[in-house]
Amino acid sequence: MRVSVDLNVCQGHGVCHMSEPRVYELDETDGHSIVIADPVPADLEAGARLGVDSCPERAISIVE
Amino acid sequence: MEIVVVGASLAGLRTIQALRRLGVDAAITVVDRQPEIACDRPPLSKTFLADPAALPRPVATPDELGAELLLGQVATDVDLADRSVGLGPRRLHYDTLVIASGSAPRTFPGLEPGPGVHVLRTAAHAAQIRAGLLPGARVVIVGGGFIGAEIAWTARSLGCDVAIVEPLPALMMRGLGPELGAVFSRRHAANGVLLRLGTGVASVESSRVRLTSGDELAADIVVLGLGTTPEVSWLDGSGLTIRDGVVCDAQLRAAPDVYAVGDIARWLNPRYGELVRVEHWTNAVEQASVAAANIAGTPTVYDAVPYVWSDQLGGRLQIFGRVRAEDELRFVFGSPDEPKFVAVTHRGGVLQSAVGFSAIRELLPYRKQLIEGGVLAA
Repeated sequence: MRVSVDLNVCQGHGVCHMSEPRVYELDETDGHSIVIADPVPADLEAGARLGVDSCPERAISIVE
Repeated sequence: MEIVVVGASLAGLRTIQALRRLGVDAAITVVDRQPEIACDRPPLSKTFLADPAALPRPVATPDELGAELLLGQVATDVDLADRSVGLGPRRLHYDTLVIASGSAPRTFPGLEPGPGVHVLRTAAHAAQIRAGLLPGARVVIVGGGFIGAEIAWTARSLGCDVAIVEPLPALMMRGLGPELGAVFSRRHAANGVLLRLGTGVASVESSRVRLTSGDELAADIVVLGLGTTPEVSWLDGSGLTIRDGVVCDAQLRAAPDVYAVGDIARWLNPRYGELVRVEHWTNAVEQASVAAANIAGTPTVYDAVPYVWSDQLGGRLQIFGRVRAEDELRFVFGSPDEPKFVAVTHRGGVLQSAVGFSAIRELLPYRKQLIEGGVLAA
């Protein structure tokens, strides 16, 4: 599984990082999401998916 | 197995999506009195109001749900013994019921929508308000909660003349407590919003808002932001416990095989050991996945630290936990006079809430501490 953040849509809520900090890191300056686990290891998939579901902007998608 | 979901909005539809993801292949039926799937609400008081070209975005599309949609139909009652929901002349059988009928804008006698007087709940409401937010328009917002404050910010940015009338002494006081409420009241006042705090509204007449103080405010458009009330009347006499919402256990169960999610659920939050009802986006999303897990056979309690965000004043306000007037407030990053800050509340050193304005990175460590029940460093 891979996840992708659309940075044109991401508004820096940081909710994905709260869902699974081992998949989503936040940019130092503006808090935009950065995917740091690509592909997502199997044991982090549930957290990665939670990040997708919890994004208020629906900026994150599952690529495969 | 048949699952009936009452409410085609965020909490109900996210429950269905979570069920499907968990491999539940039951027949699912969704009932809602509205003629279409609800749209995503957070933008309605924010970007949607500001941008005449913005379109409402539905919470989900039918093909994402794999469910039968009974829209424009009113669920009238629940019979727990018969396991059925009344729907006009017929009854809809369920093995599992999900109550997600949400909440409706609160109104009071004399404070009701009418010509030039609006509530904000649906995309249609937002479109009506947007049409009135013309440069120079006199906008009076009744109720200084999060929605009222967001509308005030948006309306000011569109060049409107804005006033907020709020009976409490500060804006957003229920969510932020008195001190932080005062901080944001000052910021909105500095942005040119006329604040009439500690004042109620006696009546709204055509283009005129009469205050309990006797004053009057002229208005081209009035927006009522008086909060919401849970849509529970159809559950009267059902045997479910109704107390400003549907009372549920920690697993969001209101009765055997009956769950409540979203604005309507007053559940026993194990974190606080008390019944809590939360009317925010994240709560609805998280409860949907908890209810789905329970329905799918994985017992799961919902013990989240509440989270709410609000976009206003050119920044983002984020609140974790519960801010209570009786707790002590401390600024841990920035100050009330700086553009960005983080403040926390604590009770004898035990962290109760963390509030940030445009400071997500500085705020997140306190969220972690809240979840872990940590004591604040001196």
